[in-house]
Amino acid sequence: MIPLSEFREGERGIITRLNGRGTFRKRLQEMGFIRGSEVFVEKYAPLRDPIELVIKGYHVSLRVEEAAQIMMEKLEQKQE
Amino acid sequence: MKKEAITIALTGNPNSGKTTIFNNLTGTRQHVGNWPGVTVEKKMGTVIHNGHRLQVVDLPGTYSLTAYSIEEIVARRFLVDSKPDVVVDIVDASNLERNLYLATQLIEMGVKLILALNMADVAQARGHEIDADSLGTLLGVPVVFTIGTKNQGMKELLDKVVEVVEDRDTVSRHIHISYGHELEKEIKKIQDVIWRDPSIGERFSTRWLAVKLLENDAAVQERVGSLGEIGKQILAQAEASRERLAEFYKDDAEMVLTDQRYGFIGGALKEVLKVSAKSKLDLSRQVDLVLTNRILGFPVFIFFIWAMFQLTFTVGAYPMEWIDAGVSLLGAVVTALLPAGLLQDLLVNGIIAGVGSVIIFLPNILILFFCIAVFEDTGYLARAAFIMDRVMHVIGLHGKAFIPLLMGFGCNVPAIMATRTLESERDRLLSILINPLISCSARLPVYILLAGTFFGASAGNVIFSIYALGIALAIAMGKLFSVTLFRGDIAPFVMELPPYRAPTLKSLSIHMWDRSQVFLRKMSGVILVGSILVWVLGSFPRSPDLHRGQAVERGVTSATQERVLTVTESQQPVSPAVTVNNLKNSDPDNELARLESSFLGRLGHLIQPIFAPLGFDWRTSVAVLTGFVAKEIVVSTLGVLYAAGADVNEESEALRRSLRTSGITPLGAYALMAFVLIYIPCLATVAVIRRETNSWKWTGLSISYSLVLAWVVSFLIYQGGRIIGLG
Repeated sequence: MIPLSEFREGERGIITRLNGRGTFRKRLQEMGFIRGSEVFVEKYAPLRDPIELVIKGYHVSLRVEEAAQIMMEKLEQKQE
Repeated sequence: MKKEAITIALTGNPNSGKTTIFNNLTGTRQHVGNWPGVTVEKKMGTVIHNGHRLQVVDLPGTYSLTAYSIEEIVARRFLVDSKPDVVVDIVDASNLERNLYLATQLIEMGVKLILALNMADVAQARGHEIDADSLGTLLGVPVVFTIGTKNQGMKELLDKVVEVVEDRDTVSRHIHISYGHELEKEIKKIQDVIWRDPSIGERFSTRWLAVKLLENDAAVQERVGSLGEIGKQILAQAEASRERLAEFYKDDAEMVLTDQRYGFIGGALKEVLKVSAKSKLDLSRQVDLVLTNRILGFPVFIFFIWAMFQLTFTVGAYPMEWIDAGVSLLGAVVTALLPAGLLQDLLVNGIIAGVGSVIIFLPNILILFFCIAVFEDTGYLARAAFIMDRVMHVIGLHGKAFIPLLMGFGCNVPAIMATRTLESERDRLLSILINPLISCSARLPVYILLAGTFFGASAGNVIFSIYALGIALAIAMGKLFSVTLFRGDIAPFVMELPPYRAPTLKSLSIHMWDRSQVFLRKMSGVILVGSILVWVLGSFPRSPDLHRGQAVERGVTSATQERVLTVTESQQPVSPAVTVNNLKNSDPDNELARLESSFLGRLGHLIQPIFAPLGFDWRTSVAVLTGFVAKEIVVSTLGVLYAAGADVNEESEALRRSLRTSGITPLGAYALMAFVLIYIPCLATVAVIRRETNSWKWTGLSISYSLVLAWVVSFLIYQGGRIIGLG
């Protein structure tokens, strides 16, 4: 398991665990960050923070420190 | 069958096209207000459909109804307490999975629900084939396809609304989202306790209450807690159930519930949604590769902002000139029609000049809000926030807060209104509080006058340092406020980046007009009162032996004139330039004496001791007082008081000479500039702060902290400078 913040652009993986607590964790879950969801790292912002992700077919951005709370299983690279 | 109006509540995720549908339905028959006690916009409108009066309420766009954000609390309170007849959930058909999450919560609340699958065309283009009938049966909710941007499906939607209200629809039924054996067991236990008091079940869905209690929902807990003995029993059962579930699942119950809801949605979508291979290249993604590109992202962003400023303040200057001419003409007409006297003076110099000085901002506001609406509706605003977030995060703000701050350099009034684009109330208040520290263009004439007079060749650097001081203070105060007043509730930066879309002219103009209308209506009231007040202070007590003069109030018009003169040197037959000439013609010594004996002059003398440590004399104190109406008036007041009526304009040599010989040192001038930068935002800004925060408390805080900060900073500059031998 590695945190999402360590993923590079173009990598994808499956969420295995959501750390953090309270509002933050709940909010992420409601936006679709639940166990088993697939996440694709679209790109990092010009200043390397935040990250743009694709999850459940839509684009969303997260700060790197927030992405560090999401534990992932990396998937094999495949062509987008 | 005629009966009272049917209330429809529109809910939906942000970016689901909810606002477009609301506009389609209600057209211009809508009004915008605020939800009580919060800064969230409340939009309502009416529509007549087949003889039925439908009242449409546009609830804030939310992803969920868990009552964490102020928008969710507002939306939920309305659904629970006002009990709308029908709830229409606007769903982005091309993004069903996440959008249906909100729908599952609405189903659970037991409201009469209709799903509008919006942007059906986009979904189709992406190869999404949705079996609406099966979806409706699975959810127990009638489903209608709509394309908001093309105004399609509105009639069908309204037909369905009437059908559902009259219970003629065949699809609607109550379904339970099954949460699995363990959870259902606990839900049942809580419901059993709730049923001990049958009156609760009449008002709320007991299942919804039970689920919310398992989710540890603070708002529902509070409600239930207020029910007395039965409430205590319910809460005790809920607590016990939560503990048991936490032990069983090794996770909080609310997490498990969310998982289950998504599980339910996933199951439903397997049956009703077919996605064929992506047919087309994703255009939005390609555009984004450029606009948020690592190298191009910032230059493109800076270009857009630059273009917005150019449009607002250069193009906007032309209509401003017309308005100014119109206001002067009106003043001249009234002067000609009415006999000279108190009434004429009040109308011309108090009301027309005062209100005129604010109306003049209208073109700026219209253009600025048009640009922002374009940014917002195309989806670029989210990208700007994405790019800028790293920078803004330093002061504890969201990336989106950058645009309002930047706009502050033009004018704080539209800038503060633009904080509406921020989602969290915390960010909104924080941005509003620090916005006046961004030096607006109205303060520039003051700097030009003082820096030009006292610093000669290095005036440019001095003015730049004042701007830098403002930015530094904004950062410092932002940091300070975010660790004191706004501690703890920093919302996570989970921001959707919606696909780029072509905006419709209709929605852009409604957007623009909404905000401008608010500006006009609310501003005019406060400005009117404020202008009259300053006029009274400057005109009374009237001494019959002195020449009737209106120096300070003239300043309002001449300040307005300055803005315009920077663009074209127009010589209107009745322009405020004439009033400036009047001033020159009136006996300058009398004018000074009259002003000194007016309430304003006395007030200047009265407060002068407070300003003495900053190196201000009574005349500077008066200038600072009148600057409250609009900061550029500081220049015209100084003109009247020092050069005693000579041509008042920041380039004027006569004024500069008198200032140089008046005993003001360069250090004192610098302290004064710093004071003008920081102290109370102008009247229009105060009015807009009151309007946008919807609270006198925050307005009061803004005024008082800026006064204190201004005094402290000027004091440090003046006294500190003297200690190290600069003054």
